[in-house]
Amino acid sequence: MIDASGKQLLGGILVGDASSYGNLVQLMQNAIVLPPNPEDLILPDRQGGGLSMGVDSLPDTAQICTCNNVTKGEICSRIQADNLTDIGSVKQCTNAGTGCGGCVPLVTDLLKAEMKKAGLEVKNNLCEHFAFSRQELYQLVRVENLQSFEELLSRHGQGQGCEICKPAVASILSSVWNDYILNHASLQDTNDAFLANIQKDGTYSVIPRIPGGEITPEALIVLGEVARDFGLYTKITGAQRIDLLGARVDQLPLIWQRLVESGFESGHAYGKALRTVKSCVGSTWCRFGVQDSTGLAIRVEQRYRGLRAPHKLKSAVSGCTRECAEAQSKDFGIIATENGWNLYVCGNGGMRPQHAQLLAADLDEEMLIKYIDRFLMFYIRTANRLERTATWLNKLEGGMDYLKQVVINDSLGIAAQLEAEMNHQVATYECEWKATLQDPKKLQRFSHFVNSEEPDPSLMRVEERGQARPPYDHEREVLVGIRNL
Amino acid sequence: MLPTTTQQNITEWVTVCRLDRIPPNTGVCAMVSGQQVAVFHWQAGGLEGVSELYAIDNYDPFSKAYVLSRGIVGDRNGIPKVASPIYKQNFNLQTGECLDDAGVAIATYPSRITDGQVQIGLLT
Repeated sequence: MIDASGKQLLGGILVGDASSYGNLVQLMQNAIVLPPNPEDLILPDRQGGGLSMGVDSLPDTAQICTCNNVTKGEICSRIQADNLTDIGSVKQCTNAGTGCGGCVPLVTDLLKAEMKKAGLEVKNNLCEHFAFSRQELYQLVRVENLQSFEELLSRHGQGQGCEICKPAVASILSSVWNDYILNHASLQDTNDAFLANIQKDGTYSVIPRIPGGEITPEALIVLGEVARDFGLYTKITGAQRIDLLGARVDQLPLIWQRLVESGFESGHAYGKALRTVKSCVGSTWCRFGVQDSTGLAIRVEQRYRGLRAPHKLKSAVSGCTRECAEAQSKDFGIIATENGWNLYVCGNGGMRPQHAQLLAADLDEEMLIKYIDRFLMFYIRTANRLERTATWLNKLEGGMDYLKQVVINDSLGIAAQLEAEMNHQVATYECEWKATLQDPKKLQRFSHFVNSEEPDPSLMRVEERGQARPPYDHEREVLVGIRNL
Repeated sequence: MLPTTTQQNITEWVTVCRLDRIPPNTGVCAMVSGQQVAVFHWQAGGLEGVSELYAIDNYDPFSKAYVLSRGIVGDRNGIPKVASPIYKQNFNLQTGECLDDAGVAIATYPSRITDGQVQIGLLT
């Protein structure tokens, strides 16, 4: 909402893409005169370039961090006075961005602007231990044939590493060499280290792979029995799988022993890896389906299962244009046509939803798989740490046209390499849980105490709707009181 | 109750496991005198480096879960630290101070390696 003269922003509500909030709130609070066509501030670019009110246009009195009331002037003078060059120090020295964190992108922009003014090179360094971006480290690992974090650190880094660079390098090692991830257990986030997803109380959730969302009644019964026998809270996920929550670390191998015996494999829900290939029932059952979407989804999921990437990867296959599998919200989505398959890429649900874009139409299965191989490997080679395909595409110079050139026309001459790299991944796949169960040394780690068989005594459960869940804080206080009586 | 930090008045060293039970630059949780203690095997300078131990509370005051032994070990500007696996706050392994929230600190415990065994000190 703007005033009658069209010069002042009075307020507004952003729905969906709220990325311009930081700029708009500054325009309002500082009564900055709006540009001639104020709608450009929230609409997509008119003709590339686009209009953005950069941080330079803000006055020094602009309140950047509303939680802690920190102004632009205060932030910039601290950056200058203390020669700050990383966002962590800026947050520590100014308190900006330490509340809700919503202004951190704006504070980062201020830092980059100040560094530029000071003549400093603004680098895309992974962290204080590596003066390289993820893409550069990926190339170093491949070109120098490096097999461990220690080798990479001693040749190209400094210090001991941290929770930023260790998982990133572990992911790179896995993407390049595809060796068993627990060979690098000290690098992994707890999810990858224990092959399960940590929950707020320190227990884990277990999500076995259910390719394409297709499951036999017998397999479904096994999941029910395992959940019942271990007292796990059971829920259907958004990705056509089944989540078993509340497993203690010592229970994980016992649970997986049962699951592996019944033919289940790791679902990699804990990894920055391919998650699921969702599907509709397609032409097998649906009167509108034009191709067997479930069959293709299962083949695609089997091909890329376990593939480690800069971030998680989601996919789906729809059997007709009605798109019941929601393929256009996935990192790569496939929609059946009368003549074959349309391939969409770089879609995203989550915090900033973005529709996938058509990469190629009416492909047969062989070409479809080739294009997906190339697309995924190109993404793995070139994306930043924790950058989903949608964000990666948004930053990719040349955008979708360029991506088409690389994937379809092989403009970089790397298509055969990318396909070979993917074939290596597919050929060396093994279920991480199956491998772990066969390794007594690795299994030792699955115990809460190193000097006792007891589980974590702090864990508590309350019952709700017939299932066990962790207590909320107020319930915990009551339970602890009863325990201490 | 185990008091913190001081190396004085250690009345007993409790052996919790062999050093080789803790892969370099990872942690384990030990039950010591009724307390959950996170014990870290620190090894700087690659796989030929010298082993050191750090012991801190296993309790993460931010998530209120007993999980710090499962965090990623590393350093910030040379300070050995562990990142909580839940919300990623970092704790100084030498002092127990939270590096991301100046007001917060957790207990540390005396620790040593003797004949390949990991030991935690009990204080009077």
